[in-house]
Formats: sequence, C-alpha cells, structure tokens
Amino acid sequence: MRKKTLVNMLFLAPCVFAFVMIIIIPFFLGLYYSMTDWNGVNPDVAFVGLRNFKSLFSAPDFIYSFLATLGYTLINIVLVNVVSFILSLIVTSKIRFRNFFRAGFFVPYLIGGIVLGYIWQFILNSILVDLGEALSLEFLQSSFLSRSNSVIWAMSAVNTWQYAGYIMLIYIAAIQSIPASLMEAATVDGAGYLTRVFKILIPMMANAFTISLFLTLTTSFKQFDMNFTLTNGGPATRFLDQPVKASQLLAMNIFNTATANRMAEAQAKAVVLFVSLVVVALIQVSINKKKEVEM
Amino acid sequence: MDTSRRSPKAGNHGPAGIPALELITFLLFLLFMFPFALVVLNSAKTSREIIFNAVAWPSQWRQLLVNVGLIFRNPTVDYLGAFVDSTVITALSLAVIILFSSMAAWILVRNRTAWSTALFMAFVAAMVIPFQVLMYPLVRWMRVMGDFAGIKLLGTVPGIVFAYLGFGAPLSIFVFHGFIKNIPYELEEAATIDGCGRARIFFEIVFPLLKPIIVTVMILNGIWIWNDYLLPLLVLGSNGVVQTIPIAVTAFAGAYLKQWDLILTSTLIAILPVVLLYLFAQRYIIKGMLEGSIK
Repeated sequence: MRKKTLVNMLFLAPCVFAFVMIIIIPFFLGLYYSMTDWNGVNPDVAFVGLRNFKSLFSAPDFIYSFLATLGYTLINIVLVNVVSFILSLIVTSKIRFRNFFRAGFFVPYLIGGIVLGYIWQFILNSILVDLGEALSLEFLQSSFLSRSNSVIWAMSAVNTWQYAGYIMLIYIAAIQSIPASLMEAATVDGAGYLTRVFKILIPMMANAFTISLFLTLTTSFKQFDMNFTLTNGGPATRFLDQPVKASQLLAMNIFNTATANRMAEAQAKAVVLFVSLVVVALIQVSINKKKEVEM
Repeated sequence: MDTSRRSPKAGNHGPAGIPALELITFLLFLLFMFPFALVVLNSAKTSREIIFNAVAWPSQWRQLLVNVGLIFRNPTVDYLGAFVDSTVITALSLAVIILFSSMAAWILVRNRTAWSTALFMAFVAAMVIPFQVLMYPLVRWMRVMGDFAGIKLLGTVPGIVFAYLGFGAPLSIFVFHGFIKNIPYELEEAATIDGCGRARIFFEIVFPLLKPIIVTVMILNGIWIWNDYLLPLLVLGSNGVVQTIPIAVTAFAGAYLKQWDLILTSTLIAILPVVLLYLFAQRYIIKGMLEGSIK
C-alpha cells in the first residue's frame, strides 16, 4: 500500500511541481507585487497598499484602454460568431467541396497573431490605400489603421478572419449532433429554411453558443499579439483631454507600462484585467446558461 | 432555385439553391485565402516592384529565392537558428507535456480522494488566469529558482520547456482526464492480479490506449507553442542566444521597417511549415481542435 502511494506521488510530481512553480507562486507574487513599489530596477520592493489601484482609475490612458478592450470584445463576439455560424451552416449544407471549404476557412487560425499582424498591416496600409487611389475612392485613400474611429473595427475584422474558422468547427459539431429526422419533420410541416434555423437549430445548439461566446470573449479580452504587430497601439487620439493611443488594448497597455519599468503599476493593471475578465465571463456564461434552460 | 436536391441526410440541414450557394461560398473562400496569395506574390518581388504594384503578378519568380536567401543569410537576425530553436522547443515541450500530464491525469482518475479532487479542481481553475497576471512575476521568480537550483532557466531551452510544462499541464490534464475516465478499469485490475506493478500498468497498458487523445493534446499545445510570442520574449529575451520564429519575425520587421519584400518573405517562411503540416494532417488537426474546444 505504501508503495502505491509512492508511485502516485512520483506520477503527480512533475506536473504539480511545474504547476506550482510556473502558475501558483507567480500568481500570488503577482497579487503581492500589485501592492508594492516594484520598479524592475531596485531589487527590494516595499508594500504600498492599494495606491497603484487608486491611481489607475484616474489615468485616462488606462480608462481608455479598458473601454477600448470592452468595445473590441463586444464587436468580436458579434462578428466572429455571426460569421462562423453562417460558415458552419454553409459547410454542413449539401454543396460540393464542402470539406475542402471547411478546411480552407480554418487555415487562418493556424497562423500566429504576430505573423498575421504584419500581413494585414501590409494589406490595410498598402494594398487598400493603393486600391483607393487607383479607383479614386476617398474612404480607402487613408488606411483604416491610421484613423482612430476605424482602427478597432479593422482589428476586429482581422480577428474575425483569424478565429471564425475555429469557432465554425464548434458550430459544425453541434449542427451534426442534431438528428436529421427533426429537420425533416419540420420541412414536411412546411417550415421554411430560416424558420428551421431559428426555431430548431439555434435553440438545440444553445450549449455551443455558450462555449463559442466564452472563447471569443476571453481571447478578445486578452488580445495582444495581433494588436502588437498590426497597430502597436496607434494612431494617437485624445481622451479626457489627454493624448492616448487609439488601439492600445489592455494587454498592450500592461506591456507598455512594464516596458517603461513601471512594474508595480503594470501588475496592478494585470490584476484589474484578471478580475474584470472573470466578472464579464461569469455574466456571459450565466446569461447563456439561463437561455439554454429557457430553450 | 433547385429544391429537389434537398434530400435530407444525417447532419445536413442545408438551404435550397445549391449552385448560388456554391458560388457565394467560393467567393468567401477567396476572401479567406487572398492574404496568403498576397504574401506569396509579394515574396517574389523586389521592394520597388511592391511599391509600384502590389497586386501584380511577379515579373520573375526567381526573386523569391533571392529574398529567401537574403533572409537566411541576414547578419542581424539568425532566422535559421530561430527555426531550429522553435522546432526543438516545441518538440521537447510537447514530449514533457504529454508524458507528465497523462501520468498525472491517470492518478487523478484512478484515486478518487478529497485530495485528488481538490488538485484537479485547482488545475481547472488555473485555466482562467490570464498570462498577463503571471508574466512579470514569473520572470523574476524564474531567476530566483535558477539561482537556487544552480541551473540557468532564463534564456535557455530547459527553462522555457519547464515553463511550457507549467502552462500546458492544466488543459492537457483536463483533456486526458476526460478520456481516461472512459477506459474500463477491469483491464488494469486484471493486470494487478497478475502482479503487475503500478508504473508498468500505466506504461504498458494505459499509455498505448491514449494514442487518439495524445494527437489532440499535441495539436492543441503545438499550435499555441509554435506561435507563442510573449513567453519566449520574456524568458528568452529579444536578442538572446535562443530564439523562436515569432521573435525572429518581429526582430526582422523592426530592423527592416516597411521593407515589405523582406518582411513578407519572412512571414512566408514562418507560415509554410505549419500550412504544410496542416495539408498532410488536416483530418487529425480539425478533429483535435474540436475535441479540445468542446471540453
């Protein structure tokens, strides 16, 4: 019996050790550092209480990043899920080459945010602007990335291009688990295509919507890589009479704060990101779960 | 509109009007693929050609080889080295994640005690912690750990592989846990009666049965680790000895600002291995992503 316990411990040890060292300890250190004067240079840190948090909520750049992140997340939730749901309907229909199309729509997900950020920077800053000049279309002649009122939308469009194929897979699985007889019966009863989608398909795949919305929400909220290489926060704009970066989302705000050696402040911002992500995700899941029961 | 083809088959609930839908889907497919086409086209051009006309067919494809040569022989960014390092880091991380997570998950499934349940819940709960909260304390803590153990963890392959084990373990244990639950215990019982030791039971009976789920865990972690940017940036540094592809691409884009011929060729080289792998293992990748996302 004792030997069994020893084997158990040995089997668990590598993961538990890595987990504690890489996640648990840094997590609690992170909570602590958010209440210190850590600056990344001085090896000693001193406890300062909630000072870092108090100054955050009066800093325009942070409030702006927070609101921009909420807006970006909201746009993505709608855009990604509408596009991926339509894609899933298409590739589960009877069209030819549907498996080929399905495979193609998924490809962008394989590309990392860093790399696709550069590719889309080229498309939005060069190709579209050239196109606008060639066709003398005024709204294309300056890049969507250089205008503060369109840059978040441009990022959402790129994000949709990247994620739609992935979320599509979740919807496909849900659609394929619905018995065909149910849809046949509705067709026989004279229900049109849209009626079948809205009255049968969507209610029956409510669980897939909960998962997909959760995934879109959490990934958008933590967006960094594509933000970093596509816009690097730009262009400049003004918010509450202060200059701010129009597309600097929360994760990038944290990164830039830490790069300026304001480590404790960056850590406090990260804690706010964590808490608000948990709150927003809990709200989303509870609303979706309620809907699942109603349906 | 062709409604006669609407004969229902399991999993297909498509609308009528197939040819029109096929055309729309094809156009959507082109929309998803055109960024890749632009990357390939412009990787075969000189900088001047791109400025002159970015959507034109390249005047000579030989330029692609010239550009690739320029990148691999570049004095500031060791692209080939980054390629090798990325491959080594991804392969080693996958190996330790698969081995140790499956071992841990097996113990957690087969020993249902208050302790093992609590540990499992801790792994699951940790998945909601955003990387931003952990990243800066982690770097500081890895320096402390490394000094204590006398091993260099920052800037080295073992250091980053250890970090990937910590970050990869929660999801991997979760996925393995779900799979092992459904393996009948009788198999292991019979082996115990025959006098087989615990460790042998795992490696000779259980582990071979895990093959399908290992593929899933490999794909889920592989795509993420290969494309990851922030962890390598923080642990390896932006100009350390060990580099990864995403770091090399950013270094390149930073050094050759707006020289799209070279930047796009470097993204092409970064994309190519993943897309080639996808072409061969497409079925497994789609299946793996699905299983991972639903759980």
